[in-house]
Amino acid sequence: MAWLHPGAAAQIQVTGDDAVNAQEPPALEVRGITKRFPGVLANDHIDLTLRRGEIHALLGENGAGKTTLMNIIYGLYRPDEGEIYVHGRRAEIHSPNDAIRLGIGMVHQHFMLVPTLTVTENIILGHEVTRGVLLDHRRARARIQKLSRQYGLLVDPDAYVQDISVGHQQRVEIIKALYRQAEILILDEPTAVLTPQEAEDLFAVMRSLASQGKSIIFITHKLKEVLAVADRISVLRAGRLVGTTTPAEADEASLAAMMVGREVVLSVAKAPAHPGEEVLRVENLRVLDDRGLPAVNGISLSVRAGEIVGIAGVQGNGQTELVEALTGLRRPETGRILVTGQDVTGKPPRLITETGTAHVPEDRQRNGMVAAYTVADNLVLNTYYKPPFARGLVRDEHQVAAFARRLVKAFDIRTPDIYAQAHTLSGGNQQKMIVAREFSRPISLLIASQPTRGIDVGAIEFIHQQIVGLRDQGVAVLLVSAELDEIMALSDRIAVMYRGELIAEMPAAEATREQLGLLMAGVRHEEEFVHKMGTTVPVEAEDG
Amino acid sequence: MPTLRFHRVHVYAMLFVVTGAWLVVGISPRFPPDETTVLAFGVGRTAPKMALPVGRTLLAVGAYYVAAGLLGLAGRRFARLATGTMILGGLLIFPTVLVAAAAGKQTNVLTMLNESLRLGTPIALGAIAGIWCERSGVINIAIEGMMLAGACFGFTTFFFLGERLPTNQALFISVLVAVVTGGLMALLHGVLSITFRTDQIVSGTVINILAIGVTSFVRREYLLSTRAGRVTLPSIEIPFLSELPVVGSVLFNNKPIFYSMFILVALTHVILFYTRWGLRTRAVGEHPRAADTVGIDVIRVRYMNVFISGLIAGLGGAWFSLETVGGFDDLMTNGKGFIALAAMIFGKWTPLGGLGGAMLFGFSEALGTRFQILGIPLPSQFLQIVPYVVTMIVLAGLVGRAIPPAAIGQPYEKQS
Repeated sequence: MAWLHPGAAAQIQVTGDDAVNAQEPPALEVRGITKRFPGVLANDHIDLTLRRGEIHALLGENGAGKTTLMNIIYGLYRPDEGEIYVHGRRAEIHSPNDAIRLGIGMVHQHFMLVPTLTVTENIILGHEVTRGVLLDHRRARARIQKLSRQYGLLVDPDAYVQDISVGHQQRVEIIKALYRQAEILILDEPTAVLTPQEAEDLFAVMRSLASQGKSIIFITHKLKEVLAVADRISVLRAGRLVGTTTPAEADEASLAAMMVGREVVLSVAKAPAHPGEEVLRVENLRVLDDRGLPAVNGISLSVRAGEIVGIAGVQGNGQTELVEALTGLRRPETGRILVTGQDVTGKPPRLITETGTAHVPEDRQRNGMVAAYTVADNLVLNTYYKPPFARGLVRDEHQVAAFARRLVKAFDIRTPDIYAQAHTLSGGNQQKMIVAREFSRPISLLIASQPTRGIDVGAIEFIHQQIVGLRDQGVAVLLVSAELDEIMALSDRIAVMYRGELIAEMPAAEATREQLGLLMAGVRHEEEFVHKMGTTVPVEAEDG
Repeated sequence: MPTLRFHRVHVYAMLFVVTGAWLVVGISPRFPPDETTVLAFGVGRTAPKMALPVGRTLLAVGAYYVAAGLLGLAGRRFARLATGTMILGGLLIFPTVLVAAAAGKQTNVLTMLNESLRLGTPIALGAIAGIWCERSGVINIAIEGMMLAGACFGFTTFFFLGERLPTNQALFISVLVAVVTGGLMALLHGVLSITFRTDQIVSGTVINILAIGVTSFVRREYLLSTRAGRVTLPSIEIPFLSELPVVGSVLFNNKPIFYSMFILVALTHVILFYTRWGLRTRAVGEHPRAADTVGIDVIRVRYMNVFISGLIAGLGGAWFSLETVGGFDDLMTNGKGFIALAAMIFGKWTPLGGLGGAMLFGFSEALGTRFQILGIPLPSQFLQIVPYVVTMIVLAGLVGRAIPPAAIGQPYEKQS
């Protein structure tokens, strides 16, 4: 067990014992599962036991092999070695059909729902109820409503999936599994898209399912949730099972250490901010979304040099459009945007970049890089036309290569070569590449949108330190994130965005998780006040 | 200050206002007030007739155009109403032009309708073929080629069987061969685009080119020697229904492929929206991975749908050589397979909408022929352009944006 962190070793018991201790055969047991992909050992002899009626959390960084293991159990991948036992019996799972027949249901991280079909149609798809040759919607709807009542999963059977909220879609996914008489439920990162309150509701549903005898595998990388809801916790790292523990025996620090394999600084060390002059000023900004509907509804805000302003909010409340307007990617309807006093409203992105604005986009693969370009080319993506990288019309390859080598080293980008194509890098390293490009030129404003989405704990730690480092050098930082922990760890001031408006703004020191969670759900209270542009304005209560 | 934005609907609305004003001020006064067009509903003396004063008809239509256009410019609140009014106005252009063209003469409306339906038949079959294929996520621009191959091999079969078997029996077998030929061409499309994940447009183009080459070779090599006397499928009168006034002669005294087209439209509608297969087809075309995770065999569903698509396209081919002409000419499908795709998009990938689109194109083609009969002083080539101009206007957006199945054109690759 040499790979274990010494402090974590004491808390680990070997999984093999569990099967012996249990009275009845476990709901699911995997033994020695191994899966190789070209160049990667995704799963390395993994043993795991899921008891009946338990919530078993599977914790691990991106690329640790969690999803691979689950796809093997669900029949989407074939293992190279190893055995699977369901209710004590050896199972051969060749396809999702086999898994469904064995009572295994999976809620995928990216929902597997067809947007143009109704809730009922999505649930019955593949297991249709028919009368003669025609679909029997009435009987299907009755069965769905029965499941809905039994487990407290509220769904509208006749709504189209494209019209319902993400939380609603998730309930549809769970019912979809239960409809197929799943006894074992695999939930892959189910809370990634939920508000803290929605996540609480989900945990209640999970507990209700477990108490009615369902066994749940809960995949996540959020340590708090694991401790809150799991009966047991197994940690994967680099394709291997590091160990299994319980919430009583573990805490966030020990779990993080198990995941990463070394001590991780979870809280970002940062000195108090010393805000200077105003760098970004936004006045009454209105922006439309792709469908022509208002997405940003009269936002005013200000970010000063040397401070981090965090914008919290559930995804889809206009953050994307706000950032696009600030970076010149989307034309605002009304309002003004000033960067260091210069009006950049509706100006082209290159001009905004040249005024000293850095942008870490939320969808790194679409807007942050060119996947088919080399790491070196991606690193000069917004400076290639300037000296020293360009000499007149010709690029200076030596300068580009030297620059790229320097950044790869400084930002610890794990790539075989600076000429490797960007899409061959892992998510965390792609993000480090983008961060390296944006942070390594003289900037006065950083707009970072979901800067650590979907990347591993080690890379998160690194990027957080870089952001705080920039702040201390006097850069104004606007941080947009759906991760409340990230907002709270980094920000000096926090604003909450809800339905295109900033409904509250407060110093980070005064913010609590509960309060922010409520605000993210749009709940405002009379006793709470909004601090806007330095003035205090009472806000009327909102019912419902 | 709110920025003024021009949307496509505004451009159309202005087009309507201008056209309407032109009809009212420029065209309608040219006709003497007593000049009429007689519309006859049937043949012979007893057929009901209607006399329309040409000038006033044009005046009314022009006024309607202006009103529809103004409604379109009036703002978002009337958007839905305005779109409907303008689509109706767009359709109104056909009878209006007919009335104007036939000024002072008599023209048979029923013949017009009958011709539209007849000429719309291969287009509707092509559209249905396209729907089967594309709803499962496979683009099919090869309908033209499948039709052409069906037309050729269907007729070739009749060419060799016609002397040896009773005519009707030979015709029936020939139609079956046409259908199967379309299916085989479709399987080739399936192998290329589903199994080998070739770009579906490229695969479709390959099939179109292949069909042109093979069919003209077959014609030159085997079909030139003798003439087979231009035999076509017999008309079938449906008892009782064909006696009905007006619709009887239009709908129920026709040829077998014409009838099959209506049956296939209805059948496709029911299968697509009310059965297990249809639900799975739509899921596979929208989100194949979701379908895969609930145990649906995406590859199998796509193969079946592409194959069925080919069978229907082959039947559409038989319409040309066996139901209409009684012979095979090079390129005899004449782009109808592509117009069928336009009809499918016009109908937003629904069978009933596709039928409507096909009838629109059929009508515009019938109108082109009718103009020639009425002796409009224009070169016939201009009149034959009509259906294609209508295709362009329709696709340019009169019906609004049609959203194709989400996974269309993307080969499905199972992870392993």
